[in-house]
Amino acid sequence: MKVLYCHCTYARVIPAEVKQEVLAKLAASDLEFQAVPDLCEMSARRDPKLKQLAASGDVQIVACYPRAVKWLFSAADAPLPAEGVSILNMRELPAEQILHSISGVTS
Amino acid sequence: MTSVMGDRLQLFLYEGAGSRKLEAPRRGELFRALLEKGYAVSSIRDAVAEVASDALTLILGEFDQAPAALADHRFQVTNIQNVPAADVLTLVDKAREAAAAPVPGQWKPWFPVIDFSRCTNCMQCLSFCLFDVYGVSKEGKIQVQNNSNCKTECPACSRVCPEVAILFPKYKQGPIHGGEINSDDVRREAMKVDISALLGGDVYSALRDRSAKAKSRFSKERDEDRALKERLNCLSKLQQDMDIPGEVLAALPSLDEIQKKAEAAKARAQQALAAQRPLES
Repeated sequence: MKVLYCHCTYARVIPAEVKQEVLAKLAASDLEFQAVPDLCEMSARRDPKLKQLAASGDVQIVACYPRAVKWLFSAADAPLPAEGVSILNMRELPAEQILHSISGVTS
Repeated sequence: MTSVMGDRLQLFLYEGAGSRKLEAPRRGELFRALLEKGYAVSSIRDAVAEVASDALTLILGEFDQAPAALADHRFQVTNIQNVPAADVLTLVDKAREAAAAPVPGQWKPWFPVIDFSRCTNCMQCLSFCLFDVYGVSKEGKIQVQNNSNCKTECPACSRVCPEVAILFPKYKQGPIHGGEINSDDVRREAMKVDISALLGGDVYSALRDRSAKAKSRFSKERDEDRALKERLNCLSKLQQDMDIPGEVLAALPSLDEIQKKAEAAKARAQQALAAQRPLES
């Protein structure tokens, strides 16, 4: 299982305390993960890493609304597979719930 | 497709054989500092699996000895033992400059994203946008072609979409931010969308009428104050009802240019729709 964390660096739409706690706990875990400053920016320039992630098919994406994430990947020609992908929404869920959903991280 | 440049720097934080395991606060601090400066970073405990051929691969770690797993001419291995996070950023900045990779964070990624599970390819967004953000694919499908042309914080095109199919992930409210859509949203958006109603008829006709009235008024009355007031009223109503930033409205081209652009966009949309009709039949 791969983990992709989006820091949404260029906007203030994700509660700061949620993203700081999620990042701190991810970093404190033994989990290998990819952290990106901004998924929107990657989508805009069609970053090939999005294709690699989508192709791997077994990924947890910690970012924002699932509908937004799904279509950001699609816009980058990297459609997410229907199965094997879970999207955790830091705009809505508390950090604890997000961390609880990521295997290998203890909240 | 887009004018935004790609990155040519890949960054890894290595904690495998030959390196020390970082203390959790130190690891967290490094991640946060790099992300906030716009650098993507992956934590790895093993060999680097995916290397982009055209990117500099910078591997940071607290090394006691040169790790065999990283003995690859494509990698630049940097020891960050006892290097404060701020100085690590300086090292990364220098590596980026050497790789001629673009400075991160130069553009706020604000652009429309189309939810194709809802989009009916009606081309209203293409007709509406004055900044050429939208285009049509070879297959006749609407697409976002020039995302860096989009005006930051302006969600106006999502308001004209009758299917609530345009989202802006960084927008403050749903469903434009990508949240789930309910029937109330569809009804509300459909009401907001109706720019025609807002301007008292078809938007382009309204603009034409206003232009004609303005010309006539200027020729007969020269009532510049009244024209200015009318325009300000119209702009502030647009600003309030559609949540369009004042800067975007202030940056709009002249009425004549708007008309030209709107007609050109409308023609492109009609052309695309006409091309798609034989495919449907």
